[in-house]
Amino acid sequence: MYTQALNAPVSAGTEPETEDESGPDLDRFDAQVAAEQKIEPNDWMPASYRKTLVRQISQHAHSEIVGMLPEGNWITRAPTLRRKAALLAKVQDEGGHGLYLYAAAETLGVSREELFEQLHSGKAKYSSIFNYPTLTWADMGAIGWLVDGAAIMNQIPLCRCSYGPYSRAMIRICKEESFHQRQGYELISTLAKGTPQQKAMAQDALNRWWWPSLMMFGPSDSESKHSAQSMAWKIKRFSNDDLRQKFVDATVPQGHFIGLEFPDPDLRLNQETGHWEFGEIDWQEFFRVVGGDGPCNRERLQTRVKAYEDGAWVREAALAFSQKRQTRAQADEAALAGAAE
Amino acid sequence: MTEQKMPLWEVFIRARTGMAHRHCGSVHAGDAEMALQAARDVYTRRGEGLSIWVVPSQAITASDPKDKGSLFEPTASKIYRHPTFYEVPEEVGNM
Repeated sequence: MYTQALNAPVSAGTEPETEDESGPDLDRFDAQVAAEQKIEPNDWMPASYRKTLVRQISQHAHSEIVGMLPEGNWITRAPTLRRKAALLAKVQDEGGHGLYLYAAAETLGVSREELFEQLHSGKAKYSSIFNYPTLTWADMGAIGWLVDGAAIMNQIPLCRCSYGPYSRAMIRICKEESFHQRQGYELISTLAKGTPQQKAMAQDALNRWWWPSLMMFGPSDSESKHSAQSMAWKIKRFSNDDLRQKFVDATVPQGHFIGLEFPDPDLRLNQETGHWEFGEIDWQEFFRVVGGDGPCNRERLQTRVKAYEDGAWVREAALAFSQKRQTRAQADEAALAGAAE
Repeated sequence: MTEQKMPLWEVFIRARTGMAHRHCGSVHAGDAEMALQAARDVYTRRGEGLSIWVVPSQAITASDPKDKGSLFEPTASKIYRHPTFYEVPEEVGNM
């Protein structure tokens, strides 16, 4: 879902398309996938499977890293030490998740440097949800509850994706993710049960984050030509609409329980199906934001580029120090060998 | 100036004594000591490890998946290596 509907092809570079021809390799690959056996880094795979996964996994990784920014905004202003420690741990986890995913993407034959270049130049995308600003402390609750909640809906099926390194990264991420959602829900519940101003702040955060969270699942699959192929390759396991409905059904009662309302006049429980029906999503907004015209797109990218460029001296120093240490160790060895004669 | 690429290391973690180290991913770092610290930060935030090994990725030799069939064929066809191949009367009890 961090990568659904982000189907703009990664531009430039040569694209070896030789590996898709039918043949015994492709048949073996298809049989492996159909039998729910994992594809591992050295296995033969169609070039388009490799390319799709590099795009999806790296964009997922970019989303985690960029996702640290809206919440990082509030670390210095957390109201209590408990909240501050929890938020710090969550943001630290997001960094770690990005790293697991970059490591998984790299097993497909792409370098970390290339992936950063794609993000920083705007060639690669990240989840559009992170292009919205965090205006109040209550946004920390809304993000944990809704954004991480939506992410969990998508990430659990990904634990069974056909590519081994990606599925193993997802299993690790899912174990860590549920604290994120609980932290957010506890935060926003506390506000909703507080003073009238606190409750109003909680309601305002829900009002602003609800629709963008629904958009995280991407448009209906009938509009995506990549969905069918992703399903056949067992990368994608459920449709966008199914996951979105599951999220709504789980989340609406959680909001009502703490006395909050959802900003959707069409939201109603269908007694027969047991599902919560909801109103029309404004897909124009989604495409506008994903396309670069959301409230924070430029700021997010500038922040990432600056962090990377400002950190160059650290990377250079680390490499220089390693080399110096190695040279010194070799000199010591040579001196010892000389002394022993 | 073009930046030098940071070397890649594979990370193996042992969760408890008596268990084997398991591969859990990779890190980029300038040398072994920094790789250990990076691995600690990335892969053990919840006390998952008692021991970390880091190995330069280049040092690992892997069998070729294409050879799977011929490499492992002998192991598939020697069923007499398994206890279920042998009959032991029930009266004798568990063996």
